[in-house]
Amino acid sequence: MTTVVSTAGFPVSRVIGERIPRHEAKRILRGRGRYIGDIVLPRMLHMAFVRSPYAHARILSIDTTLARACPNVVAVFDGKDLAAICSPVIGVSANREGHKSAPQDALAIDCVFWQGQPVLAIVAASRAEAEDAAQEVLIEWEELPAVVDARQALEDAEPIHSCLSDNLAFEHLVESGEPDAAFSEAAVVVEREFFFGRQSGLTLEPRGLIADWDDARESLVVYHSHQSPFQMQDIFSRHLGIPEHRVRVIAPDVGGGFGMKLNVYAEELAVAAASRLLSRPVKFCADRLESFVSDTHARDHWVKARIAVRGDGRISAMEIDDVAAVGAFGMPMRFNIAEGMMAINWCGAPYHVENYRGRTRSVYVNKNLIGMYRGVGIPIAAAVTELLTDLAAKKLDMDPVEFKRLNYRALDSMPCTLPSGLPMDGCSFHACLDRLMQAMDYDALRKEQAELRRRGIYRGIGIATFVEPSAYGPPYYGPTDARISVQDGCTIRLDPSGVFRCITSITDQGQGTLIGINQIVAETIGVPVTHVEMVSGDSGASPYGGGAWASRGMAVGGEAALKAARDMKANILKLAAAITQAAIDDLDIVDGNVVSRQSGDSVITLAEVGRIGYFRQDTLPEGCRFELSVTCSHVAHHQPYYTGNGVQGVYLEVDQETGFIKLLGVWAIDDCGRVINPLMVDEQVRGGIVQGIGGALYEECVYDQNGNFTNATLADYLVPMAGEMPDIHVGHIETPEHSTELGAKGVGEAGTIGALGVIWVGVNDAVAPLGVQLRQQPFTPERVLDAIRDAQAAAVGGVASQACPQWHAATAEQA
Amino acid sequence: MRMSSREPEFEVAVSMVVNGEPVSCRVSARQHLADFLREELSLTGTHLGCEHGVCGACAVRVDGQVVRGCLMLAAQVHGCQVETIEGLSDAGVLADLQEEFLRRNAAQCGFCTAGMLLTSHELIEQGRCVSRSDIREVLSGNLCRCTGYQAIVDAVEAAMTKKVGS
Repeated sequence: MTTVVSTAGFPVSRVIGERIPRHEAKRILRGRGRYIGDIVLPRMLHMAFVRSPYAHARILSIDTTLARACPNVVAVFDGKDLAAICSPVIGVSANREGHKSAPQDALAIDCVFWQGQPVLAIVAASRAEAEDAAQEVLIEWEELPAVVDARQALEDAEPIHSCLSDNLAFEHLVESGEPDAAFSEAAVVVEREFFFGRQSGLTLEPRGLIADWDDARESLVVYHSHQSPFQMQDIFSRHLGIPEHRVRVIAPDVGGGFGMKLNVYAEELAVAAASRLLSRPVKFCADRLESFVSDTHARDHWVKARIAVRGDGRISAMEIDDVAAVGAFGMPMRFNIAEGMMAINWCGAPYHVENYRGRTRSVYVNKNLIGMYRGVGIPIAAAVTELLTDLAAKKLDMDPVEFKRLNYRALDSMPCTLPSGLPMDGCSFHACLDRLMQAMDYDALRKEQAELRRRGIYRGIGIATFVEPSAYGPPYYGPTDARISVQDGCTIRLDPSGVFRCITSITDQGQGTLIGINQIVAETIGVPVTHVEMVSGDSGASPYGGGAWASRGMAVGGEAALKAARDMKANILKLAAAITQAAIDDLDIVDGNVVSRQSGDSVITLAEVGRIGYFRQDTLPEGCRFELSVTCSHVAHHQPYYTGNGVQGVYLEVDQETGFIKLLGVWAIDDCGRVINPLMVDEQVRGGIVQGIGGALYEECVYDQNGNFTNATLADYLVPMAGEMPDIHVGHIETPEHSTELGAKGVGEAGTIGALGVIWVGVNDAVAPLGVQLRQQPFTPERVLDAIRDAQAAAVGGVASQACPQWHAATAEQA
Repeated sequence: MRMSSREPEFEVAVSMVVNGEPVSCRVSARQHLADFLREELSLTGTHLGCEHGVCGACAVRVDGQVVRGCLMLAAQVHGCQVETIEGLSDAGVLADLQEEFLRRNAAQCGFCTAGMLLTSHELIEQGRCVSRSDIREVLSGNLCRCTGYQAIVDAVEAAMTKKVGS
């Protein structure tokens, strides 16, 4: 806490902007967290699922006789059992014409569409016994042809759902200016094809929930490892036909979300339906193996894109064609079109691009569903943009940094409209780039890179710019007709001893949102942060809101808290004035005391205000009215989002003998508007970057041609571990959001959005002298070596290795 | 859990000391140590992230050595001293590390934290200062999905310096 001097000449406490640790972390550090797996309810049963071993198959018969006879098995449910009380989910957006999806039941009926789809639910006294019984189920399958490649699914494959005419879930086009003319007149055109591997969100705590139906009260309480208890209250209510006020969803400590725990999972409806049928609490906690095949995946895009640049180095046009394999069904509420839409809407965003064309197609395939995951499709937009601009600059013999400075949209040119029609405001690209150049000592790194290259050491420098649209508002989700709350609320209550409870609809999975809101409330009222207790995560107890998604915690929830705290302070001062007979304008609250503005002397303590306000109203003047609980909300009425931005840099080395990529340094300059708690913000950026590095270097859900997920264990699906990760320098530019008083924008996704592109550009920069460009992430050693080998073979007039011709066509090309 | 319904030959009698308190009971022969601690003793600070020995969230101390609770059966700890995050926290053994983790926000969702603390405490107890890259190497069997590791490395380095001297 810092102390500054107020205009009245006495010290006031400033805590906004301070690096204050999270109170909740003390509990978590001592092993006293309370995650879903830790919660035990009386008479609780456990659920295990029988999942499809096939990507596409018809169920000919199911025999559960042996399973039902297993010890302590209470029930075995199939799809029809649960469909009797639980309606299917359909993930279709109302305002996207042509968007279609097959309905998805809680458990598969007759047919399965991806490996891992739940087919039967077994309920037993323990999870182990439910798993034992699952092994005794006999199912006769008729395997059907699986469609796993999105472009094949579009071209010649049969529709995977007989109720749909084809596999195209959705197609969208945006066009601005005259892209064809611009390409034909360009001095330089660069065209490339890119493959973005399929990833898993992979929270360390797998998904889980306990559904507790009370037959007597006809009410459902769900303890849910989820980012939005309000969304799930709505889902359970509507799909199980329970009035909404009889559904309460409580999110306890959540062991990581990253968007993956924002999605709606049909099998989670199965848990609630089972509890309702059995009138007992039912718990389901996914184990790691079923997490891989059932937690929503992300990415899995093919992109073809090109850029046109004039002789003076200015970009004249961009074009992107995106095809996304979105899995077997539409994602309820959040849809499966978001990644593709983000990719084409935000491609080229940091740069002046007058002529633009974008197309995205979301395609059904026999793979696990695509859902929300940190950054959604914006990492794709950022990577494509930065890879193309980097190549174009080099073709013009311009340094990429010089090229960026020339083409960036300037802060004073905003607000502006992107070619996709979206608005963008308050982005400080030039300032971030300048700060990054200093932080990484760019010129020195370029010099060192050139010297080492002469000695056969291949180092690369990547610079990547990104935009982070955060805190999505009514113009975006409203027209989709999804019942998603873009507003968030905050209740502040004075307790009689002069301390506060702050109940927010924002949820916190470790980001630090709660300490940030705590700081806002404390500073605004004028009390130490320790005098405010934060409460969140209960759809039955807090004001309604969205929870945690699209990096909205500070930007939306913080603004709501600011309003509530201001009103709370006004109410306290009104009561204090009535008690002390002072003029209200002469009173302020400093460090937990009501003081005189003129003298700075304490007039009355908050404890005394609370005591009289709650217990001695008899001493107050007649007609004295006051409220000591205040609720406010915030919604960005006319803004689709608040735009954060930043620039990242990387210095790395590619070992041409082993194909290993070593990260030597990573830098990030981020602009998320006003920084409420730099300690939390820095760690969001670092953690986000490391997830982006995971996507760039390690993480990929590998499916074979039959739709089998071949590396679905944590031993085979590689993630960033401490040994390979670099230290990351984080710096800030603060361009406050002008439409709110707080001025905060989102930051949770910034790191991930920028990191994929910056690594990709850096790797390509390193191997460019070898005549190599990587086109498919993640950049595994095998892919790096194959690309180098092919380039070498091509250089000596040979042909590419015949071992896997398709592979090479996809990964290597002449730079 | 209905122990009584199990076939007797699948159960094993064990005696051990857990966080300083003697425990004697019959355990299912197939139950791993982490499940035993969580389900039978309500010591839920030990987490399960993968149950195949990769993520390190289930780290506990058996006879002074950090092991993966998911790769050891409860029956194997017969006669052993078992210590978990709860016991080590209450005893103050991890206090310096916990303070440094808190100050640097080295725990976000907190699911990996017990494993990180136990693993780094074992390193610090070796009584010598090692480099940041050595710290990273020691922690490379523990998956953290939130922090990006730097804050954890910083915290371990600070606690190590305090304990051992620079």
